[in-house]
Amino acid sequence: MINLIWLVMILAGIILAGFKGQPEIVTQAAFQAAQTAVKYAFELIGIMSLWLGLMKVAEEAGLIKAFAQLLRPLTKFLFPSVPQDHPAMGFILMNFSANILGLGNAATPFGLKAMQELQSLNPRKDMASEAMCTFLAMNTSCITLLPATVIGIRIAAGSTNPTEIVSTTLFATIIGMSAALLADYLMRSYNRRKIFHC
Amino acid sequence: MEKIFYELSRWLIPCLILFILTFGFFRGVKIYECFVKGAKEGFSLAVRIIPFLVAMMMAVGIFRQTGFIRLIEQSCGTILQFFNLPPDILPLAILRPLSGGAALGITTELINTYGPDSYIGRLASTMQGSTDTTFFILAVYFGAVGISKYRYSLGVGLLADIVSFAASVFIVSHVFG
Repeated sequence: MINLIWLVMILAGIILAGFKGQPEIVTQAAFQAAQTAVKYAFELIGIMSLWLGLMKVAEEAGLIKAFAQLLRPLTKFLFPSVPQDHPAMGFILMNFSANILGLGNAATPFGLKAMQELQSLNPRKDMASEAMCTFLAMNTSCITLLPATVIGIRIAAGSTNPTEIVSTTLFATIIGMSAALLADYLMRSYNRRKIFHC
Repeated sequence: MEKIFYELSRWLIPCLILFILTFGFFRGVKIYECFVKGAKEGFSLAVRIIPFLVAMMMAVGIFRQTGFIRLIEQSCGTILQFFNLPPDILPLAILRPLSGGAALGITTELINTYGPDSYIGRLASTMQGSTDTTFFILAVYFGAVGISKYRYSLGVGLLADIVSFAASVFIVSHVFG
């Protein structure tokens, strides 16, 4: 599916540019994007190192484990295939917390570490495991308590009440996340049955 | 209540750093050595995702800059109006799952053009805050560990985005009328 979407996006752009008679837009956009990607990755190195460093301290101090234990009832239900004291759990929870609190740049390092840990449990290395699918469903639809960036933009634009969108955002994300977790649960049971019948 | 949230966000990171480091120190962790050991991984992890970033950003860049979204915007205007959706919000809805930077740019533009306290301004704010860049996250997260078969996760992620958008429209038009 990702192959098709990727192709459609590129194809749509190129065909439209062709109709307009401005193929150079495509060339420019492609080269520019490639450069931006590397710039982004380089900026990420610093942030990533910072958070992973702090995480390591928290891990050694036993904070992550304590945190994971606290939320065990919830994670046991969401990730039945991951052993409860596995390090993946700690990173999943840190990623979740970072997302809820609107710490976008901390969420990525924790998320990538969580994926690495989940991959170590994955029997088929080229295929997403159930736990990964649940983790990503949770991650991409995550509840947001503090949309800090948006509030910042609203303040800059001179809003009379910059934080009034906090409650609407919370509502939308709760609905979205419920839908994601429900869909993930249904797909998981459906796939299991399919495999069982084969 | 909302003011408290905002104050909280300012203090969050300083407090977090303070808490982790002092707690670690008193638990007998060699905090400096430990920090450096963890930070080492940052480089390889960030470099490993570059190919996926390039692939994703190239497609989004071509799609966006050739003006394909404007074409959809023009052809779907009437249908959107029926659902209480101003056509200007459509580029945001399409780009939000694809690119965080592009979506943020559009949100800023909409807020500045229509005003932060207008219907469009509030709707854009809510939409921006309520979903994440699904495509981007899947490409990068799966890419980083070498997974090429995403199974149902892309469908689930996009479904969640659509539901979140619908919920944003519903709540913003009901709360702020």
